[in-house]
Amino acid sequence: MQTGIPIEYFLITATVMFFAGVYGFITRRNLITMLMSVELMLNAVNINFVAFNRYLYPNLLEGQFFSIFIIAVAASEAAVAIAIIINIYRNYQSIDVDKTDQMKY
Amino acid sequence: MTGNQIMFILFSLMIIVFSVLTVTSRKILRAATFLLFVLVATSALYFMLNYQFLAAVQLTLYAGGIVVLIIFSILLTSHIGEKFESPALLKKVYAGIAVVAGTVLVITTILSYTFQNNNSVPRSVDMTTIGTDLMSYGDNGYALPFEVISILLLAAMIAAIVVAKKIKTK
Repeated sequence: MQTGIPIEYFLITATVMFFAGVYGFITRRNLITMLMSVELMLNAVNINFVAFNRYLYPNLLEGQFFSIFIIAVAASEAAVAIAIIINIYRNYQSIDVDKTDQMKY
Repeated sequence: MTGNQIMFILFSLMIIVFSVLTVTSRKILRAATFLLFVLVATSALYFMLNYQFLAAVQLTLYAGGIVVLIIFSILLTSHIGEKFESPALLKKVYAGIAVVAGTVLVITTILSYTFQNNNSVPRSVDMTTIGTDLMSYGDNGYALPFEVISILLLAAMIAAIVVAKKIKTK
């Protein structure tokens, strides 16, 4: 058990991190930086899970296991996303979301 | 102030500053490096909460795997010193308003709720417990999500190979 650190501090850190990710997802136009923003959001959620597990239900391990599963999902998501990004780059010579509009209409 | 609190403040400040820098930096390789710092600080927080296995997984998979993958694809798709043009001012303002409003809303909700600290005996988190829990289907067992995640990883691996494969044109 952590002495002297209330659970709120962990949650506030995670909140700031999550909304930094949201900001990046809205403003960025490069596909790789958007992927990085998504990773930030997933990580913030992981911190929440682990903090809740440690402070509110230390006799169970659900938060830890779901964090591990989220990490696995994030890894496979990054692999597939980067494969798609490389393919888009091959076809358009750019990974800007504004320029990849061939299937739009 | 105990050493514990000093370490926590250090790591959470690191997370906050570097995650903001990740989404605002205009050089893409720098953004990736800042993301690496955020992920390492997150794993330090896991260590502080005594989840050693999770922290190790975070370090190897996120900091070791995903960031390297991202940096490789950055090097494949853009010049090293490439600088983005800044996003349109109106877009920045709208996004900033939405994000600040969301942050304030969530933080006020967190602070107004009183969490009941549970002081029951903590379950140990050594490798034996994790391994048997992942494989058991009784109480505290996670066999089904473990199988689901295995199938997902296999599917993702095949999908990544198929998508990235160069199509031969004869």
